Amino acid sequence: MAEVNTGGGGGGKHEKKRAKKSSTRIDMTPMVDLAFLLLTFFVLTSTFAKPKTLEINYPADPKDEKDRIKVTNALTFILTEKDKDGKEQAYYYYGEFFAEGMENKEGKPLTKLTKTDFSSEGLHKILLDRNAPTIKNINDLAEKFKKKEIADTTFKRLVRREKGIASALTVLVKSDDKAVYKNVIDLIDELNICNIGKYAVVDLGAKELELLKSTAK
Amino acid sequence: MAEVQSSKGSPTLDMTPMVDLAFLLVTFFMLTATSRVTEPVIVDTPSSTADKLLPKNVILISIDDKGHPFYNINDSDVRKRTLQKMAQQYRIEFTAKEVETFGGMTSIGVPMASLKKYINMEDADRVKSKSPGIPHDSLHNELGDWIQFGRIEAAKQAKSEKDKAEKLGREFKYEPLRFAIKADGEANYIAVKEVIEVFTDLEIYSFNLITDLEQGPAPAKE
Repeated sequence: MAEVNTGGGGGGKHEKKRAKKSSTRIDMTPMVDLAFLLLTFFVLTSTFAKPKTLEINYPADPKDEKDRIKVTNALTFILTEKDKDGKEQAYYYYGEFFAEGMENKEGKPLTKLTKTDFSSEGLHKILLDRNAPTIKNINDLAEKFKKKEIADTTFKRLVRREKGIASALTVLVKSDDKAVYKNVIDLIDELNICNIGKYAVVDLGAKELELLKSTAK
Repeated sequence: MAEVQSSKGSPTLDMTPMVDLAFLLVTFFMLTATSRVTEPVIVDTPSSTADKLLPKNVILISIDDKGHPFYNINDSDVRKRTLQKMAQQYRIEFTAKEVETFGGMTSIGVPMASLKKYINMEDADRVKSKSPGIPHDSLHNELGDWIQFGRIEAAKQAKSEKDKAEKLGREFKYEPLRFAIKADGEANYIAVKEVIEVFTDLEIYSFNLITDLEQGPAPAKE
């Protein structure tokens, strides 16, 4: 662009000299292009690198057997390795766990594991169904908040209380020794999405592992 | 001079200031972006919808895809003093220079026995060397010691900063120490659980699990 020099055809000696003089200017456009390209790249990469975190509390080991709480409205997920087709899978059961040879005074049926997956039709749907009352209440609160009937802090407090009430769904996350960390995070994330306030990552019982092995076959 | 001569209206624009500015900014961003030191461990964290930022005052345990834990603490002074405490505990002498080098390092994933050698490596060799992870079984729980000493030293640091601020009559904003776990998505959960058990044995129950930001609110379909 900048090099629109007179020149024309090759002239005499005098004209050649002049052309040389004016060609000390260089076209900086490509350099500017490059500089701005790099600039854009660094701006974008440097601002998006902040790590995000998922806060989680683990249960302390109960010192006493009496400290163990009986959970009634509990959904237990057991994570394991991928299935034969290479698809990620999880198993779950609802309520207390009963297996053969365990104390079972009321003669409840033995626990069966149901298989599910990490798609929106699997885990997500189960959690939404099971947690429907809480989600409905929270949505009502959100509606009220939108209409400015309740304040910001009140809304947060009420949501927290709603998630923590005794009848709300409790989710226990267990895993066998083959599950990968990603699945645990996916599940916890899903619990957060589905507004489940009470969940814990706990150890898998021996009987549960037996049942898992026989079911997964 | 040439410009005066070509007064026919050639659309020349002096781009030099713009280039100067552009390169200045490039240099700035390049330096700030690369000032993060190379980690000896590559961790591909799983994604989640969590949007909380990681607090600054943190003890970070990275777990690679094989399940080996690495230890890191942000504050350089705390790092150095933690190392000195560890050196006392394990009866290993470190020179002042080694302690200084350690203060500028990032995550470490070697047992105490080979830490001296690891510190004395050249940077390039250190990146290439394979770290076996910090031992954390119940008999030989180095990771637990690292965490415990780091915690004590961080508390001391916070206290001294508070005293200093009070002396100068400034307000001191205390940021509690958090414990972060940055594990690879493909790591076995049991390996992560072992590290968490090290924490729970020290009566630490609250963690920050580091994740990438997932796109969109819907769960990702596999």
